[in-house]
Amino acid sequence: MLGEGILKGMAETAKNFFGSYFSADRLTTVEYPEQRIAPYEAARVFPFLVYDSKNPGDGADWEAGLRCVACQICEKECPPKCIFIEKSQDKKPDFVGKPQFYPARFDIDISVCMSCQICVEVCPFEAIKMDTEFELSTDDRFGGLLLDRKQLAKSNEYYHQIHPTEASTVDARLAAEKVKAEARVKSAAAAKTAAIAGEGA
Amino acid sequence: MSVTHGDCAAIAGKPEGWNRPAAIEPENEGELLEVAMGPHHPSTHGVFRMDVALDGERVMRLRPVFGYLHRNHEKIAEGQSYLASMPYTDRLDYICPITNNWAYALAVEKLTGQEVPERAEYLRVILGELTRFQNHASSIGFLTQEMGAMGTPLMYAFREREKILDLFEELTGARMMVNYMRFGGCRVDASPGWLERTRKVVAGLAGFVDEFDRLLSSNEILMARTQGVGVLQPELAVNAGVTGPMLRASGVNYDIRKVDGYGIYNRFKFRVPLGDHGDVYDRYMIRMLEMRESIKILEQALNEIQPGPVMSPTAKLRGLRPKPGEAYGRIEAPKGELGFYLISDGGPNPYRYRVRPPSLINLTVLEDMCLGVNVADVVLIFGSVDIVLGEVDR
Repeated sequence: MLGEGILKGMAETAKNFFGSYFSADRLTTVEYPEQRIAPYEAARVFPFLVYDSKNPGDGADWEAGLRCVACQICEKECPPKCIFIEKSQDKKPDFVGKPQFYPARFDIDISVCMSCQICVEVCPFEAIKMDTEFELSTDDRFGGLLLDRKQLAKSNEYYHQIHPTEASTVDARLAAEKVKAEARVKSAAAAKTAAIAGEGA
Repeated sequence: MSVTHGDCAAIAGKPEGWNRPAAIEPENEGELLEVAMGPHHPSTHGVFRMDVALDGERVMRLRPVFGYLHRNHEKIAEGQSYLASMPYTDRLDYICPITNNWAYALAVEKLTGQEVPERAEYLRVILGELTRFQNHASSIGFLTQEMGAMGTPLMYAFREREKILDLFEELTGARMMVNYMRFGGCRVDASPGWLERTRKVVAGLAGFVDEFDRLLSSNEILMARTQGVGVLQPELAVNAGVTGPMLRASGVNYDIRKVDGYGIYNRFKFRVPLGDHGDVYDRYMIRMLEMRESIKILEQALNEIQPGPVMSPTAKLRGLRPKPGEAYGRIEAPKGELGFYLISDGGPNPYRYRVRPPSLINLTVLEDMCLGVNVADVVLIFGSVDIVLGEVDR
């Protein structure tokens, strides 16, 4: 019969239309911004710099706690070249106490950044991670989208909040490294004292 | 410049074996009407222009004009490291980024002789087939929109696509720009929960294809508009290098998953649907049937996947310097054969980087399919090719 296919199709649309009144999983949209879907843990929107804070919450010691040592690997590997780093002249101690350089300037142009997270993958110091904050529109095209290191610095607690599983593995790895480094320092000191004792004998 | 009847006579005199209509004789006296459809035209996907010469409603000549979305992809890739090109490949065919990643990773793995662990291969197949499914679903949706079905089939397709994109986001962190594959494996491992949710989504996909089938396949309007329209002869399709669903709709049995068996595709049981007539309806039907085959592959892969590493221990992330040589990695992307041709001179970046985009090469036969049809059918035939301009212009 001519028109049978059309009627069959119309029955399908009618089923979908009336079904949405009875079954909740047929409603596929939410009314943003009143309703929001929580981002997935793996979600990634622009990088930020992690800092370790002694007293979490106040954020006063962001500069001292920055994990970044200005090695400039991310700057080199970034595909669209949106990272700009200036190395410091002096050094400051890092989390194991070893003196390291720090970024005197660390800018990311998020109008160029494409959130590919290659900077995160290549960073050997767990210093740069991906954010989940996406409502970043601004009316300032140039200054507003060029983030400096103060705007980029976010605490380790914030990192735990947005990527809990990933952050715990990172913390465990860093703690293990710290223990190793301390053991190395201790054994070096022991060897030194042994050597001095040997000389004295 | 005006087009005269003499120009069309020159086109009609092409060599034998081309499927051009024997002669298109203008019915009226006088000049042909030249129309530029696009680059900003509601019927074109993105920025694509068709310069058509019309005699009344009939198309006498069609000249595709592209390059409006050119982003210098190949030259950019030649100036940076192998890893840094990976996120750019997402942006070629932005409907199916996973398969672009896969083809590029395959080319570099061939170049360096890198092995890929078993679990990573399974994850690649699972994600690749999900990509094929959502590409075909949305391409059918767009095709019906071109026929005037404003939205309904497209929205049904996008509802399903959304579920698949949610899976992508949960695993890779992004819905479309996934940047997931690495040379020698995949970037992150899938959790058991993710696999469970994927099984659940895959179980629902068959119902969606059935629903789509009831909605469209026997629809009289769709059949009247598509059957016998835009016929592509198999000889021309092979000569022009057309691949993918378009080639198979013309009845040529060529699927790189079967021919090459790249990755682990020779472990799975699936069939390659073939068309009979090579018209728009056959292309629609091939995509429908391929979705069903994709579901079969997905079910097998999800059953067989075993725990294990997803990155080969010998894989290098940074500072890749392959030995001088060349490699061509190709896969059956949803739109056809997607290949990456790389030449290394031993340096940190490729000496030559070339993409073989299925969309561009499938477009080359557009004029041959469109000659003599009405203007409204040009839009339809163009939609049935299933292109993404990001890949055509690169």
